[in-house]
Amino acid sequence: MTVHNNVLLYDRHSAADHEPHHDAAGNVTLGFWIYLMTDCLIFAALFITLVVQRGAVAGGPAGRDLFDLSYVAGETALLLVSSFTYGMAMISAERGRRGAVLGWLLLTLGLGLGFMGMEIHEFAELIAKGAGPDRSSFLSAFFTLVGTHGLHVTVGMIWMVTLVGHLLRRGLTEANITRLTCLSMFWHFLDVVWIGVFTVVYLLGVA
Amino acid sequence: MHGSHTATHSGAHGNVRSYSIGFVLSVILTALPFGLVMTGSLPKDQLAPVCMAFAAVQIVVHLVYFLHMNSRSVRSWNGAAMAFTGIILTILIVGTLWVMYHMNMNMMPGMMPPQ
Amino acid sequence: MFGKLTLDAIPFHEPIIMGTVAAIGLGGLALVCALTYFRLWKPLWSDWLTSVDHKRIGVMYIVLAIVMLLRGFADALMMRSQQALASTGGPGYLPPEHFDQIFTAHGVIMIFFMAMPMVIGLMNVVVPLQIGARDVAFPYLNNLSLGMTAAGVVLVNLSLAVGEFARTGWLAYPPLSELAYSPGVGVDYYIWALQISGVGTLLAAVNFVVTIFKMRAPGMTLMRMPVFTWTALCSNILILAAFPILTATLALLSLDRYLGMHFFTNDGGGNPMLYINLIWAWGHPEVYILVLPSFGVFSEVVATFSGKPLFGYKSMVYATLCITVLSFMVWLHHFFTMGSGANVNSFFGIATMIISIPTGVKIFNWLFTLYRGRVRMTTPILWTLGFLVTFVVGGLTGVLLAVPTADFVLHNSVFMVAHFHNVIIGGVVFAVFAAITYWFPKAFGFKLDERLGKITFWFWMIGYWVAWTPVYALGLMGMTRRLDHLDNPVWHNYLMVAAIGAVLILFGILAFVAQILVSVLNRKALADVTGDPWNGRTLEWSVSSPPPFYNFARTPHVLTKDAFWEAKKEGVPTEPEPAYAEIHMPRNTATGVVLTAITVALGFALIWHIWWLAIASLAGVIVVSIGHSFNENRDYYVPSAVVRKTETARFRKLSSQEV
Repeated sequence: MTVHNNVLLYDRHSAADHEPHHDAAGNVTLGFWIYLMTDCLIFAALFITLVVQRGAVAGGPAGRDLFDLSYVAGETALLLVSSFTYGMAMISAERGRRGAVLGWLLLTLGLGLGFMGMEIHEFAELIAKGAGPDRSSFLSAFFTLVGTHGLHVTVGMIWMVTLVGHLLRRGLTEANITRLTCLSMFWHFLDVVWIGVFTVVYLLGVA
Repeated sequence: MHGSHTATHSGAHGNVRSYSIGFVLSVILTALPFGLVMTGSLPKDQLAPVCMAFAAVQIVVHLVYFLHMNSRSVRSWNGAAMAFTGIILTILIVGTLWVMYHMNMNMMPGMMPPQ
Repeated sequence: MFGKLTLDAIPFHEPIIMGTVAAIGLGGLALVCALTYFRLWKPLWSDWLTSVDHKRIGVMYIVLAIVMLLRGFADALMMRSQQALASTGGPGYLPPEHFDQIFTAHGVIMIFFMAMPMVIGLMNVVVPLQIGARDVAFPYLNNLSLGMTAAGVVLVNLSLAVGEFARTGWLAYPPLSELAYSPGVGVDYYIWALQISGVGTLLAAVNFVVTIFKMRAPGMTLMRMPVFTWTALCSNILILAAFPILTATLALLSLDRYLGMHFFTNDGGGNPMLYINLIWAWGHPEVYILVLPSFGVFSEVVATFSGKPLFGYKSMVYATLCITVLSFMVWLHHFFTMGSGANVNSFFGIATMIISIPTGVKIFNWLFTLYRGRVRMTTPILWTLGFLVTFVVGGLTGVLLAVPTADFVLHNSVFMVAHFHNVIIGGVVFAVFAAITYWFPKAFGFKLDERLGKITFWFWMIGYWVAWTPVYALGLMGMTRRLDHLDNPVWHNYLMVAAIGAVLILFGILAFVAQILVSVLNRKALADVTGDPWNGRTLEWSVSSPPPFYNFARTPHVLTKDAFWEAKKEGVPTEPEPAYAEIHMPRNTATGVVLTAITVALGFALIWHIWWLAIASLAGVIVVSIGHSFNENRDYYVPSAVVRKTETARFRKLSSQEV
């Protein structure tokens, strides 16, 4: 039996030796992170559009006529606290405490719902006073950027509910922890985007 | 197989202390720019750079304390992906703003916003 | 109930369209009959449509691309014949509103539904094998990506029979693409076909990047990867960076059309120039997405058929990385004339010239690989030589166009059209033919007929030059692009020559189809028994043709570049291992097919404003996706006995061939 092992091909340790263990969880989290980077670019395009079109008010209201900064501060608080509560969920997951994870997730969900409630209310008010997305290019850009962020938050919340379902079904398995990790990246990423939103859209929009 | 720890990857997992520090820093870094704008304490031309600076710092705080970025994780594929994205973002944002400013100035002079 | 959809949407009064639709319908019917007669429905479902095997998915992408090549080329023949016939004052046979849809569809199909699926298909078949992996990182997502592309194809083809297509050109510039000037469904077909297939493309890119980063065989460092895998990596990185911009921009356009917003409208403060800036920020990287893997193909082919290692591996890699980054810094050269001024134009003009340098490095590396090699004049090498001559000329005209002052004269002339066809045909199309010829035996177990391969090449090569040289001349003489009819007897002669060139290319395509048919009929004589028909250098040639579904019985351990070539020097294994480990493989799944069907319904509903169907389809997509996450039956282990049996059969076949 001839043996060819010098340059390639087969690690001649033992017959049924270990196949290289593919780090499935690591692949998933890397893949998800890369997807988040592409999401970053979508938001970048929307931010750029807003900045370029900020002055295109078509004779209608501009940011300083419309934005209520204390209201936005309230939204920001809700989202920021929700990042903290999700962090607590991850720590509980680390420690294998399923009940605590579920509790922190539900809290995070509640804060997210509060954030979305405030945002929808803000949008409805603007539309009611004739400052809807069809009023001007600036308003189109505003509603689209902030609305896209809100859509992502909503998707995150649907995901959270689904994840609760997964946890109730199987508990803190490796697969579920990977899912929690991905949602964690997503949720914190949305808070990062919101930092950009409240700065570029609201603070600089009012100044 | 290898236990649940391999699932939470790249770098530290964070603990209550680090999340709390991140949270408190973020609150400060949010309250300050809000306060400056709402009270009108800064001259107009300084507002944009100051607010952007606060935002940049807070983003780093989020990356470090919430997304567990550290000197090791930055040297991973995740870090490379983020760095590359940063380069593209810079090119795209600077490029588009530069291009559109000139396009608007040359081709729609009456419509230039008071920047 | 049916939104804007009525029976009027079917163009009964257009004989050309109805004839085409009838032909497609009959062809489809014939296919269904054949599938039934040969009892192929079950294997079609279980071995192909629900497969998560990268080799199968890659083949399906390529089949899709070839079918769309036929449609896109039919559009080309119609345009050439119309312009040849209608350049002395007559109207030709295609009215402008029809001609406009044809040149739009031609561009959209060739870029999005021919070139992209072709390149993604090739990467699918080849990359996991080249890196010694068993599949890509996310096999189910791979299947889903194919499905999303297919959904886009369905929508584009549906637009022929139901409704109309966009008349705006392949990038749908506003304000023409806005509701005020394109009130019909054409632009909506365009938007949703691209958005849906764009999801597929982005997912595929995530898949390939993770696969290449994380699933290389032990010992295969990045600098030991085959060059095709390097170019695949860079191309996918470009997809990740560029496609989100396309997604966002088309979304903004659809918000204008659907919700009355004012991003790019003439009123309300809209700014069409912003669209053009954003769409080209995607558009320029897009052409590099197509051309980088094409360069990778030539690197593999040139090294294999010269019997020498590729000259300058390191510089090839660095050149590819340079092109990747630089491709993001040139996009304004597509709209020098829009008015950004001399400073901006100069920056982008210089950057455009700089990007030709790394490409030049690659050309020299290929030439130096051929030099002093024992070059075997096979079909893939012919395509490579054709590429070297053709693409370089295209690159030169590109550098000419990069000079803003020259571009002011030539922008939107047919000179520009000739330039990009020069680089795309010479670069991408020629690479695709070389790649198909080169890797066909690996995928199917038999080679393609060599004589018909050469015939295909010569028709394409001569046809390309006959078709496009006159067009360069016409551009310099001042002819604008996208003209439905004109009155210029001198130009008419050039257009006639160009039409003849198109017919020669048609013969090339027919020869290619004949080549496939003849090869299938002759497959026993053309069989690739060893798995290494070309005396190859990279890992894909170390497994049988076609490979076993698990690719490698044992994951190879790599120590050098050109790993297989180096191993062959020591001699290849002649018998199976004493034992094999179990192999962990993913299961087939129907979820992708189901999601594809629902997505087609979603796209159709959005296009025709059938809101209840749109909401129901969207809900369906969400429910099915969430449901899929609860499916735990996603993988299995191949028993070692099965592996042993397969490998033993292979080695038995190999030894029975030795004389």
